[in-house]
Amino acid sequence: MISLAGRDILHGWGKFVFTGLGLGLLIGVTLTMAGVYRGMVDDAKVLLDNSGADLWVVQQDTLGPYAESSSVHDDVWRSIAAMEGVARTANITYLTMQVRLTGPGARDVRAMVVGVTPDGPGHPGQPVHLVAGRHLTRSHYEAVADVATGFALGDTIRVRRNEYTVVGLARRMVSSGGDPMVFIPLKDAQEAQFLKDNDAIVRQRARTAQNPALNRPGVPGLLDAVIASQSTNPYVNAVLVQLAPGYTPERVAEPIRRWQRLTVYTRAQMEEILIAKLIATSARQIAMFLVILAIVSAAIVAFIIYTLTLGKIREIAVLKLIGTRNRTIAAMILQQALGLGLIGFVVGKIAATFWAPAFPKYVLLETGDTVRALVAVVVICVLASVLAIRAALRVDPAEAIGG
Amino acid sequence: MSISERPLAGARSGEDLRSQHTHVAQSASKRAVGIHIDGLRKRYGSGDTAVDALKHVDMTVAPGEVVGLIGPSGSGKSTLLKCLGAVIEPSAGRMTLGGETIYDEGWKIRDLRALRRDRIGFVFQAPYLIPFLDVLDNVALLPMLAGRPNAEARQRALELLEALDVAHRSRAMPSQLSGGEQQRVAIARALVSRPPVILADEPTAPLDSERALGVIRILNRMAREFDTAIIVVTHDEKIIPTFRRIYHIRDGRTHEEAGEGRSIE
Repeated sequence: MISLAGRDILHGWGKFVFTGLGLGLLIGVTLTMAGVYRGMVDDAKVLLDNSGADLWVVQQDTLGPYAESSSVHDDVWRSIAAMEGVARTANITYLTMQVRLTGPGARDVRAMVVGVTPDGPGHPGQPVHLVAGRHLTRSHYEAVADVATGFALGDTIRVRRNEYTVVGLARRMVSSGGDPMVFIPLKDAQEAQFLKDNDAIVRQRARTAQNPALNRPGVPGLLDAVIASQSTNPYVNAVLVQLAPGYTPERVAEPIRRWQRLTVYTRAQMEEILIAKLIATSARQIAMFLVILAIVSAAIVAFIIYTLTLGKIREIAVLKLIGTRNRTIAAMILQQALGLGLIGFVVGKIAATFWAPAFPKYVLLETGDTVRALVAVVVICVLASVLAIRAALRVDPAEAIGG
Repeated sequence: MSISERPLAGARSGEDLRSQHTHVAQSASKRAVGIHIDGLRKRYGSGDTAVDALKHVDMTVAPGEVVGLIGPSGSGKSTLLKCLGAVIEPSAGRMTLGGETIYDEGWKIRDLRALRRDRIGFVFQAPYLIPFLDVLDNVALLPMLAGRPNAEARQRALELLEALDVAHRSRAMPSQLSGGEQQRVAIARALVSRPPVILADEPTAPLDSERALGVIRILNRMAREFDTAIIVVTHDEKIIPTFRRIYHIRDGRTHEEAGEGRSIE
């Protein structure tokens, strides 16, 4: 059986290819939008994976440390470390800020500054996947940065008032928002979170000294002690916990909640917080875009196929007059719509694959999404061809005779 | 019997010709009448607004005969053609195509699409070839759509194109043909399923005298060779003298008269 649609496409291939190219770019954008969402989810999972933690101990009744701010005293880790089922613990701080590359080519980079104890690889919170350099070994002024920051080994970066030398480079160490991470020693990070400028410190001291309750005669050293406590930060955002072999997360988490009066999240709960709460709005935003793009694609396919069909009304009338079945004519239009959709899909897939790495945030093009997109394209093309098929089937064969 | 089974003019052996004559004789007995119309009427609308496009049409065309149908605009030519083409249903009367009654106060054949495909060939004022199919597939399309194997349909189409002297353009696209070549391809398409009846609607209108007479010559030859009854609706003064019989239609009524039957061979 001859393929009327195939012959028509071959006859007017330029029209089909260029229309398919345009549609393909639209489908490419749609695939990329899905990839942006998948990238966000993957970033969130990578953040959890890279933390190396089985449990996150955070301030009571908060969703910290990623979805809400959380403050936990920095000596809590000791009592947690002593509990049954806990293999290792580590304090950690997170602070998203502008990090400045100093020297020639100075520029600001949006990054998540992570404060970790320089314990070396394998400990919770430590950077993994080092691609160059080494881990943090000193307690001050060293940094390990993700390659996405664009920093190089030996670069000097400024975090607040302190400068750090980049001693290591990691890969795929990103926040849930996709910002690359910069790891610095915990003490420096704690200071950076609450460090005030000199003028503010002077004014703070003056205010404290003027407070008669803190500057009482006969109590020497009280004022100095109060001032000293105001300029230090004994808090971290969370305590990361690694479990000993043979213990389930919930079995260890429950005693910590009960005895330490803190909130503890397992990996599954933390993933739920990140995906269902932190990026939920962004996901809905992207879903809206996907729906709109699908509607626009369907409208374009419908318009093109309808226009192409109207251009063939006389031929369709002749075909009907000489005895062509309605289903043959409908199949021709449907096949053309599907052909157009498939050209667009191939172009879109190629385009998305090529431009995805150029996006500033991670774009993950999943095979499952590609298959779903193909199914959606087929469904959209079928629906879009309905209008044209209706128009074709309404053509009166008498139109071919005229009069 | 398919065309591929039945040799065409210009490529026959003596045995083939004997065989064909036998076939024609058998076929003629089957098709005692190519077209027979008796008291056909067509009314559009109803009540006060009703219009009788055809008031009383009688017509007989024998197999192998080409007759002319002429008349002024609005006389009912197109309506008659649509009734004959099973595109619109007459209001009354009787209509027989190829010896088979297809209308007698109601359609006798339910599948009008198949009727048009198998028993009626159409040639239009403009060739209306399918622009995205080459010449061969334009002609072969009908048997292909009827479920014939592609190779067989193309072979049958090629033989017809050879008979019409356009086989050398079989792989050309319609847009690459002259007007006369396009019309010959359209005739080949009308003949490919070997219908007992061909309806030609102003087939020579866009052609000059020489090409117009060429088309009529071909229609006459094909009518004889394929035992087909052909009605040519025309205004074309160049070709009217070539008909042996002419039906005049005026105010929805037909009147038969003898034509000049001028030789065009």
